[in-house]
Amino acid sequence: MQIRLYRNCQVEQEGEVWFALVKFVSARNKDESNQRLCRTNRTNNTMGATASKLPKDQLSEYQELTFLTKQEILLAHKRFNELLEREDRQQIGGSRVPMNKILTLPELKSNPFRRRICQVFSTSDLRDGSLSFEDFLDLLSAFSDSATLEIKSHYAFRIFDFDDDGTLDTGDLEKLVNCLTGEMDNTRLTSEEMKQLINNILEESDIDKDGTVNLSEFQHVISRSPDFVSSFKIVL
Amino acid sequence: MDAVDAVFCPNRSGAVSNPLLDQLPSYQSLLYRRKSSGSNSTKRRSISRGRYGSTSSHSGSGRGASLRTEERPMPARSVPDHRLARELPLSLEEKRRYKEQRLQQHGELSGWAQWRLSSRHYLKRLKEESVEALSALQLWRADIHLIEGMFGTGILSYFSFLRFLVLLNFVMFLLMFSFVMLPIITATHTTSVNSTFANGGGGECSVYPPRDRQGLVNFHQHIIDLLSGTGFLEQTYLFYGYYKVENIHFLSFSYNLPLAYLLCTITYLLLSLLWIVKRSATGFKRKLVQDEERFQSFCNKVFAGWDFCITNENAARLKHSSLLYELKTDLEEERIRQKMAERSRKEKCRIYSLRIALNLFVVAVLVCCFYCIYSATIFSQQKQAQCQKCYFIVELIIEYLPSIVITLANFITPIIFSIIISFEDYSPAFEIRFTLMRCVFMRLASIGVLLFSLWSQITCGEVCPCGYNHKVYPCWETHVGQEMYKLMMFDLLIIASVTVFVEFPRKILVNHCNCGLVKWWGQQEFAIPQNVLEIVYGQTICWIGTFYCPLMPAINTIKYFLVFYIKKVTLVNNCRPASRPFRASSSTFFFLAVLLIGLALAAVPVVVSIAQIHSSRACGPFVNFTTSWEVVPRTVSQLPQGLMAFLYTLSSEAFAVSFFVITCLAMFYVIALAGAHKRVINQLREQLAMEGRDKRFLIQKLCQAQADLSAHSSRSRSGLSYRGNQKSSTSGVYVVRPLVQYETQA
Repeated sequence: MQIRLYRNCQVEQEGEVWFALVKFVSARNKDESNQRLCRTNRTNNTMGATASKLPKDQLSEYQELTFLTKQEILLAHKRFNELLEREDRQQIGGSRVPMNKILTLPELKSNPFRRRICQVFSTSDLRDGSLSFEDFLDLLSAFSDSATLEIKSHYAFRIFDFDDDGTLDTGDLEKLVNCLTGEMDNTRLTSEEMKQLINNILEESDIDKDGTVNLSEFQHVISRSPDFVSSFKIVL
Repeated sequence: MDAVDAVFCPNRSGAVSNPLLDQLPSYQSLLYRRKSSGSNSTKRRSISRGRYGSTSSHSGSGRGASLRTEERPMPARSVPDHRLARELPLSLEEKRRYKEQRLQQHGELSGWAQWRLSSRHYLKRLKEESVEALSALQLWRADIHLIEGMFGTGILSYFSFLRFLVLLNFVMFLLMFSFVMLPIITATHTTSVNSTFANGGGGECSVYPPRDRQGLVNFHQHIIDLLSGTGFLEQTYLFYGYYKVENIHFLSFSYNLPLAYLLCTITYLLLSLLWIVKRSATGFKRKLVQDEERFQSFCNKVFAGWDFCITNENAARLKHSSLLYELKTDLEEERIRQKMAERSRKEKCRIYSLRIALNLFVVAVLVCCFYCIYSATIFSQQKQAQCQKCYFIVELIIEYLPSIVITLANFITPIIFSIIISFEDYSPAFEIRFTLMRCVFMRLASIGVLLFSLWSQITCGEVCPCGYNHKVYPCWETHVGQEMYKLMMFDLLIIASVTVFVEFPRKILVNHCNCGLVKWWGQQEFAIPQNVLEIVYGQTICWIGTFYCPLMPAINTIKYFLVFYIKKVTLVNNCRPASRPFRASSSTFFFLAVLLIGLALAAVPVVVSIAQIHSSRACGPFVNFTTSWEVVPRTVSQLPQGLMAFLYTLSSEAFAVSFFVITCLAMFYVIALAGAHKRVINQLREQLAMEGRDKRFLIQKLCQAQADLSAHSSRSRSGLSYRGNQKSSTSGVYVVRPLVQYETQA
């Protein structure tokens, strides 16, 4: 019966066969969960992805709780798998990828805000910027095409808030501009230019004139910024 | 400001000294809750309460900043019911909990409310899935993603604009095909359907000598025919002249082809207009909402400056340098603008006179170019008629002479404009925009000049029996169609040959040759404005030409399809990202604005030729009418009485004047409303700033009083009991007591 199931599932690679057998043995009592696995395998193979270790109900839950489509979640699953160590690949739900591995992703490698992004989306107790798979999905969801402007501006605010105090003050803005212009010394603005720039930014966005930009002021200025939605996007 | 800072940004480690600050409702709603060491929440990520508005009544509890995550099941009234879990900025775990809690709440609702909610969710789901399916069908998705990663969103906007034009042309083709060509095709291939052919009533006007080449035809003559639409292509579906049908009699009704032809023309112009306006609506709305005094460029550039989609390291480096350049330029421009505002009177006079002189020079250059185009067209027309046995290349050059002259003029004039503008002493951003405007005008007006010169040939000055020059142009619409066809073909050839013969060799030279001149020339940059002008020029030709050449949208679709791949190949292989950045948002607006100008410029010749110029008697669907427009009044007069009366009132002057007056009134009302709103916004801004200052003042006073009290209490601690003072200093209602105590002490 196991072999018949194997044939029905059309699993190709040896590792996946082994995994399919293991899954069958472990879920022996639940026939229908096996059939679900076969169905997802078949649909995934038509898309060319590896065998899915993502059960269908979890997939649909992720679809409901994030802005990602099914293909995007499966692609994220695959890419996250590649970042994990071999032994962790079985329990993708519980394991975390350390920050330096996440930063090797090509989508994040050249991003000047990559460390802040990892720290903002990480739910790790150690505050080391490591991401679990669900954190990774949260990241992709906030940066996806269909995320709302509120979500994007909220997370953008948190990414730009380098000292995590809830407002963007002069120090935060200065660090932000330095990130934008490049990390080298010869790519920075002079201090007068920086002061002029920060004055202009605060003049445009600080409504209550307290010298800092809080979340609602930031969201207000972003809602009038035409470039934001198109630039705040990461697609795998 | 420093004293204020001390109040608002206290030392975090000593936060206990200002518990008041943490109790402020606005502060609570904006601050993320940090995981304090005492709480046993497992999630580090704090929840921002700004989501639930500032009606956070929980903050008045006075317990301090950290509320536990377990206490998060909030009362239902503060959590909006219809909000989807994924729209909350929480971690996945917390969203799950929110969803479960909401499901519980829904379980308590009545059956009707439950059904309504679930159906709403289902419909939302369905809509999302259909949008997802549609977007998977999007053309060139992978290619555009690659370009985005390598070059950023500025150049991406060019390619998505190109994709939009491909779609627009395809829809135009479908329109023309289904309403004009399909009936004729079914008529010719089905026996049950027959059509009445139109004849111009005989006479010399309806003589249409066949232009096919007789006898043995050389191969190169076929090439000429293919490239200029003459010979074997002339009497095909390609051109207007072939549609010499008046009515097609289907089984149950009679299909009026001339009316369909005319209405299709008007429809595609209106459809293009609506689609472009709809597409630019979002960008335009944002531009209108923006503050007028401030262009709000700095916030946009800093907060939305980085393209998060860039994956290429090289591109990232270039993006950094382009952002630096952009910020420096903008700051420089602000300084220049301040300096310009302080110019003396004499300086201003000098600059204005210089500008007038240079603008006159620009006008002179334009007039000179237009005259060249005009004379080239006249020469080409005259020579075409005479030159039947010419050499192959000479014949081709004569056919293409107007296109060649237009292309040359459009190559030289931008260089002249960019040299001139440096003397006019504008701010850098304005310089770029103004040069661009001049180039746009030059490009689009050259088509107009070509058409004007054609019409001067077609319409005869002296009295002519047929209303047009029937001896030279028995079927003038086909001829105009052929000219448009030639323009389009030449455009495609130029794009392809410039890529192959200029850009690839340039890259090879720059990579392998080290001499100074080559290094100065440098690697090709993808100049977005020039490329956009190129495709808008092509689209304008298509809009004008579709009336005379109904298959032109199809050819244009194929042409833009090829252009996409040509441009992509040259971009990926030959170009480096631009050092001057081109913002995605302003560029989308710019593209669509230029496209609208092109549409307006294309509508004018079409409308003039439909309404004014006599349609030819020898070919086409309008042989029995004086002008093409005449088919509409004639059809209207055959309609039932009531409908006819209604249509007549619509076109009468009374209706037009009253419609115009009502539109003006509506416009004035909206403008007044906008002005009133602006005033209210300014007042609210001032009020907000004032409230902020009030708040800081009060807090300062309170903290002062608190400090005085604690100083006082530490001084006189012995022998005096302050009942509940310790406790009350941490609660919210401590203002009155210390003062009272103080007074009693005194």
